Amino acid sequence: MNYIPTMALRAALATLFSLMSCLALAAESIRLATTTSTYNSGLLGHLLSAYGENHTLEVQVISVGTGKALRMAQNGDVDLVMTHAPAAEAAFIDQGFGIEAHSVMYNDFILVGPKADPANVHGSHTVIEGLQRIAQVNSKFISRGDDSGTHKKELQLWQHLGASPTFSGYLESGRGMGHSLQMASELGAYTMTDRGTWLALKQKLHLQLVLESDPRLLNPYKVILVNPARHVHVKVDEARSFAQWLVNPEGQAAIGSFRINGEPLFVPAAE
Amino acid sequence: MNELWHTFSAAITQLASGDPMLWGIVGVSFSVSASALFIALLPALSVGFVLAYFRFPSRWALISLLNSLLAVPTVVVGLVLYMMLSRSGPLGDLNLLFTRPAMIIGQILLCFPLLVAMSLSAFQAADHRVLETAKTLGASPWQAFVTLLFEVRFALLAALVTAFGRIIAEVGSAMMVGGNILHHTRNITTAIALETGKGEFVQGVALGIVLLTLALVLNVSLGWMQSHSRVLRHGT
Repeated sequence: MNYIPTMALRAALATLFSLMSCLALAAESIRLATTTSTYNSGLLGHLLSAYGENHTLEVQVISVGTGKALRMAQNGDVDLVMTHAPAAEAAFIDQGFGIEAHSVMYNDFILVGPKADPANVHGSHTVIEGLQRIAQVNSKFISRGDDSGTHKKELQLWQHLGASPTFSGYLESGRGMGHSLQMASELGAYTMTDRGTWLALKQKLHLQLVLESDPRLLNPYKVILVNPARHVHVKVDEARSFAQWLVNPEGQAAIGSFRINGEPLFVPAAE
Repeated sequence: MNELWHTFSAAITQLASGDPMLWGIVGVSFSVSASALFIALLPALSVGFVLAYFRFPSRWALISLLNSLLAVPTVVVGLVLYMMLSRSGPLGDLNLLFTRPAMIIGQILLCFPLLVAMSLSAFQAADHRVLETAKTLGASPWQAFVTLLFEVRFALLAALVTAFGRIIAEVGSAMMVGGNILHHTRNITTAIALETGKGEFVQGVALGIVLLTLALVLNVSLGWMQSHSRVLRHGT
């Protein structure tokens, strides 16, 4: 792709926007790509205001699905990521794109569905059995379908039933967790969600929790720095200092103290 | 129905209370879209003028290309620009991705073909005698251009309003290349997308009201100016 722009175009753009870029870069800042589950639940806002009390480093948050967050990091467009997809994270590090992965916290996934619970998911013992019941009675099920950590997890669970879901009630929203929950609520569908987004939104939804506490539904979050050997421009020292804060007692306490309607959303889990 | 009414009244209250975060988001939208329009304006008008008054080979192809660009979805412009500005892309070392200048570039790309197409038709509709008279009276090409601009000013204003409306209301490109970062690149449309995702319809409605009010003010003023000028010209 390098042949497309000429040096003249680069120079013109650089001149045109140098002033505005200078303004944008004036404050010391890093970019964190993280998932909608940590941002839309309000956790990131809570953590950053705690962090801001003793630090001047500005953390700019870009909230996308885990797949896209890792892609941004791979391209060197952000300085660090906080994601929740163990397999994708391992591949990311193996390929040399990320360094210094640390466990930060976990929460869990749950199945939610219409209050009538037509597939009787409530009576099932495991999440696999619950999904099987939904597929058997062909209830509507909203899948994120966006390569996010939640989507990857959901597909992995369906694999236990032998194959990717093919029943006609299986719908892909292609959107974030909040939109998908609203869609499930409007359509009377089941969906799998992280507990954080669920607690943040449940009062606005005509849905109920139908299944929880299966060990398979654990949802661990990791923070990973972008490898400066791949992208020399990343602010690895600043990114590291924020990552260290997250896993140190101060950050861990901030994670543990985050509540929505009195309920904790995330469990600090730094090793 | 009750729910709908509550959302609306809460939105009005939030706007009236001068919520700094809300108005900061509105400010991002305005500064980005106004900058884009300002930068694109003169080049676009010049291209429109050249296409209207000069005949050259492949002129028709250029016009067709511009008209096709009008139909390109904003998210495609955003995607292409994203790949160009990414650190792994050809313009990565400019460090522009996820900044306001990146959003401005995206919106320039979006409004440029629109401004060219609308100014082209404005220039074509103008009386050719205006330009000839100006030339006869010894006007330089630049003076002739300015005279013509003045002659078609209302059509050009309409083009401006339409272009501004297109870019301030677009979400695809702003989301892709801006990244929706609070206090930096979160504008009206990306904020609406985010807030509705969180189930916070109030802020979405409040920002929607700002956009709608803006569109009303711009179009009503334009309509008023046009009708006012007709009255003057015809003396009725």
